[in-house]
Amino acid sequence: MHERTLLEQAQALQDGEVSSVELTQFYLNRIQAHDESLNSFVTVTGAQALAQAEAADRARSAGEAGPLTGVPLAHKDIFCTRGVRTTCGSRMLDNFVSPYDATVVERLQAAGMVMLGKTNMDEFAMGSSNENSCYGPVRNPWDPERVPGGSSGGSAAAVAARLAPAATATDTGGSIRQPATFCGVTGLKPTYGRVSRFGMVAYASSLDQGGMLGVSAEDCAALLGTMAGFDSRDSTSVDHPVPDYQKELKQPVDGLRLGLPKEFFDDRLDARIRASVEEAVAAWEGQGAQLVEISLPNLPLATPAYYVIASAECSSNLARYDGVRYGHRCADPEDLEDLFCRSREEGFGAEVRRRIMIGTYALSAGYREAYYDRARRVRQLIRRDFQQAFEKVDAIAAPVSPVLPFRLGEKTQDPVAMYLIDCYTIPVNLAGLPGLSLPARPVDGLPTGVQLIGNYFDEARLLGLGAAWQRETDWHRQVPPGFA
Amino acid sequence: MDLTAETVRGIAKLARLRPNPDEEQRLIQDLGAILEFFAQLSEAEVDGIEPMAHPLEVDQRMREDEVTEPDRREDYQEIAPDAREGLYRVPAVLDSD
Repeated sequence: MHERTLLEQAQALQDGEVSSVELTQFYLNRIQAHDESLNSFVTVTGAQALAQAEAADRARSAGEAGPLTGVPLAHKDIFCTRGVRTTCGSRMLDNFVSPYDATVVERLQAAGMVMLGKTNMDEFAMGSSNENSCYGPVRNPWDPERVPGGSSGGSAAAVAARLAPAATATDTGGSIRQPATFCGVTGLKPTYGRVSRFGMVAYASSLDQGGMLGVSAEDCAALLGTMAGFDSRDSTSVDHPVPDYQKELKQPVDGLRLGLPKEFFDDRLDARIRASVEEAVAAWEGQGAQLVEISLPNLPLATPAYYVIASAECSSNLARYDGVRYGHRCADPEDLEDLFCRSREEGFGAEVRRRIMIGTYALSAGYREAYYDRARRVRQLIRRDFQQAFEKVDAIAAPVSPVLPFRLGEKTQDPVAMYLIDCYTIPVNLAGLPGLSLPARPVDGLPTGVQLIGNYFDEARLLGLGAAWQRETDWHRQVPPGFA
Repeated sequence: MDLTAETVRGIAKLARLRPNPDEEQRLIQDLGAILEFFAQLSEAEVDGIEPMAHPLEVDQRMREDEVTEPDRREDYQEIAPDAREGLYRVPAVLDSD
């Protein structure tokens, strides 16, 4: 059962081969059997899941089922869920039970999907290895000594190990695409503004975007169709029609112009990963795509610009955690100042405090122009580079990560080295474009991936290229040996 | 880039954080390395380039000035560390005399 994609599970439900209660119980059993070693879930919502599954089965008997009714999924623990705690991987929110649902949660629930639980993540989505969670690191299902990537490491590991057919996730600088490639699953970061940020705990608001991790590009298309769309409760949501992604992705690859930016294939890239990416590119060429060499000259400045902007926005967003209205409060505060400072010092982990500090510095009097404003000007240059490229090409192919999944603890002592791991995903967030990460040929038993970058709202084209590649290959179908 | 302990303490005060002496040393080192990494941005030629806000250059939306949220004060205060009679309780801000 677990080898199937989400859409195949949906079909089995539709055919009456299995009930939602059976399918949900099946995944709850898998979580119980396997998650102790992976640590991919923070909270498992067994009783609620079975109640939702029963409701889904009743809806089906009444002839009221939609295409995704009764299919289980997991939510990254950054999406607020009414009545179920939302921790964001932080001690600060260890006891936080949201009084409302995120729009993403609401829409998937309205489609009849069943929530299995909430997945582990780097604290407040800050990290590239899932080692920054206050609930401990998540392990990579392909090799437990290695990281699953981050920040959506729990969602990626859970989908890779088939503890859930799919999971929601968020991507600020690569947090969907990088764990997707480290765990060998498919991950989509939509266009900025495509999916509502309402109820999604904020890290860097001008970059954060909700998306999903799944087995196949088609699964992601089905979920995107449900999650996407305008939401008046998110002030940066864009009012743009939502196409039928599953229908659109059947468009042929023949004749598409696929750009290969030389700055993404530089000497930072592991030669073995390059070979896997080139194999995917050759497959699209074989299907009729035309390859075009392009250049994005400002790309080398993307990573420093990103960390200035993300840290600045984080320092501002996380000012709301004051120990007064919700979240962690220190014991016996002497006065109000002591209450604020100690609650925050105790509630936040080291990386979050580091980013708050650097962001506060970058926004402080006398430094704002040199850091924050300058970084936002560089961001404009990067966006222009992409816009010029999209005059010549329909989509861009690139690696996702320059390195293979690394060992736990390998990079925790050097924050800048950790930041540089996201060099191929960050530019996409700065420009606000959609990016898709697809599993490619593994290297020494470890997953690799290829990234497709599209123009604004061109998710369907990326998913179509992804589906075409996945019809020819079965890397996305591979289940890690311990979880078969 | 070299940061002094005094600078780090100043930023911590603005950020409402309170690093202990060991952490302060660690922050001097880490923040220094990060700022050195940021220094590359000075190479960028950005004269006349507008700082970017939203990738799609959308304007802030306006809406009718109408009440859209129900009063859920009790739900919101239920999750507070210390709330009583509709108020959030904190240590005294003013002296009692």
